[in-house]
Amino acid sequence: MITAAKTARKKKSSLRQIRVEKIFRGGLVLTGLSLVILVLAIMLTLVVQSVPAIKQMGAGFIWGKTWDPVRNIYGAFPFLLGTLLTSFMALLISIPFSIGVAIFLGEYYPNGWFANLLKNLVELIAAVPSVIYGFWGLAVLVPLVRTFETKIGVAPVGVGIFTSSLILATMIIPYAASLGRSVIQMVPSTLKEGAYALGATRWEVIRSVIIPYTKSGLFAGILLSLGRALGETMAVTMVIGNTSLVPKSIFSPGNTMASVIANEFTEADHPTYLAALIELGLVLFVVTVIINMIGKKVISRFTN
Amino acid sequence: MKTSLKFRIGKSGIFQAITIFFSVACILPLLAILYYIIKAGIQRINWQFFVELPKPVGEAGGGIANALVGSLLIIVVAALIAIPVGILCGIYLSENKNSRLAYWSRLSVDILQGIPSIVVGIVCYFWLVKPFGSFSAVSGSVALAIMMLPIVIRSTEETLRLLPDSLKEAAFALGMPFHRVILKVVVPCGISGILSGVMLSVARIAGETAPLLFTAFGNPYLSTNIGRPMQSLPLLIFNYATSPYNDWHDLAWGASVVLLAFVLFLNIFTKLMTSKWKVQL
Repeated sequence: MITAAKTARKKKSSLRQIRVEKIFRGGLVLTGLSLVILVLAIMLTLVVQSVPAIKQMGAGFIWGKTWDPVRNIYGAFPFLLGTLLTSFMALLISIPFSIGVAIFLGEYYPNGWFANLLKNLVELIAAVPSVIYGFWGLAVLVPLVRTFETKIGVAPVGVGIFTSSLILATMIIPYAASLGRSVIQMVPSTLKEGAYALGATRWEVIRSVIIPYTKSGLFAGILLSLGRALGETMAVTMVIGNTSLVPKSIFSPGNTMASVIANEFTEADHPTYLAALIELGLVLFVVTVIINMIGKKVISRFTN
Repeated sequence: MKTSLKFRIGKSGIFQAITIFFSVACILPLLAILYYIIKAGIQRINWQFFVELPKPVGEAGGGIANALVGSLLIIVVAALIAIPVGILCGIYLSENKNSRLAYWSRLSVDILQGIPSIVVGIVCYFWLVKPFGSFSAVSGSVALAIMMLPIVIRSTEETLRLLPDSLKEAAFALGMPFHRVILKVVVPCGISGILSGVMLSVARIAGETAPLLFTAFGNPYLSTNIGRPMQSLPLLIFNYATSPYNDWHDLAWGASVVLLAFVLFLNIFTKLMTSKWKVQL
């Protein structure tokens, strides 16, 4: 009798265990699914909310040169140009530095206290909040740029696309640098040793073995940097000068897609105005996602 | 031939010097920022600064108590949302390497990681601010939680994937059900990596401003009601830094020192932990 009760109890408890296990597995699948739903919901929200602007402006939204909420005309070209200019200039400025760090840490000095310090400091660049970069830029960099502009003879406004590019360039160095470092360290030493055995100097090994071998990885790092630069909001908003005119030169004030959203979103009093800002967000979202995806694809192809 | 060899060696040396120059030069802005902010803000740091509210323009003194409380509350709520979901999702991804759903959710994590923070702010505005008719701290927390998720998920997945299969197999051989294997064996073994990921994600969002602009919005008074607008450190810095008043700039410098110290502390602490526990992130 006693044993029968015991087996019954055991059976019951193992049945319960199986049920809990099922619930647990179901819960895991559900969280996996909820992530997909979250991303789809973000896309759907952006698309649905920007419908009024898409209806009114159509494709002219991208090429329209005037952004005038008072007259209810929304052309995003000044902001597209502003985003492209700041991001690509920042990229150009940052590439020598990030590739330099990558080669320094990956090839010349992979170990030692100084290399360790440099590696950690470069990673800290990414840790500083962007609003602090913006504040510093406003207080220190803007006066410096103003002096520089007076010297070369352009209107000394200080704020503008050039200043934003400088700040952005600093902020995006770590992304390309850390990926570059890891791909450079993955170069098989037999390849390098072979080149040395043929009498190549250090620079020749870097130029003809390391760079060709790692170029897709370095490219992916630069793409990740670009993705970061495109979406950066606060630092740029604080130093770009915020005007909706098409920028005339790299020293003139402007606006990027992200900065115009940050500035005008809470002021948008008209449904189309709000929708136009959201459409900017949608464009930004699509562009950064595409760039990040290409970068990730290149990395995964490189590491396999 | 000899001159050519000398030339090549010289070229190599020059290139090495250029590399060293660029590597050292790229940390100069960081050092300049740290130096300038500490110099400008350190004299504001005293006890009053932490316990008082900001004073109106023209009055000396004042503190950032509202922003400290607000930041803390917003981050805690964000962490409460993101950590359970993130860890569960990480477990799911590490347990299901090849299923179709896992492929799509891994893709979603990649997308989430690349979303500009301002876009997250817009979306949370439409999900949580507009329907309820008021800016609220909780909508800011949701925005920050969305930004935390990919980091927590990635670190959990990577950590659990590195654990040896024999560990799980031994537990299964003892007759443990799946959920107990995961919760009692796998997660405790990987807890160091998971915790590092969580701390890294908190460090990443503590300085985020853009997603809070249209959600938590900011509030000049002390508020602990997460259904209402709330101040946070980055928002306070942004609002006061872009104001035309010197008093407010000073306040923003002090707040920058506090925020910077907090973020750098979290980062360095995480780094020490990961190197001590030999975690790969």
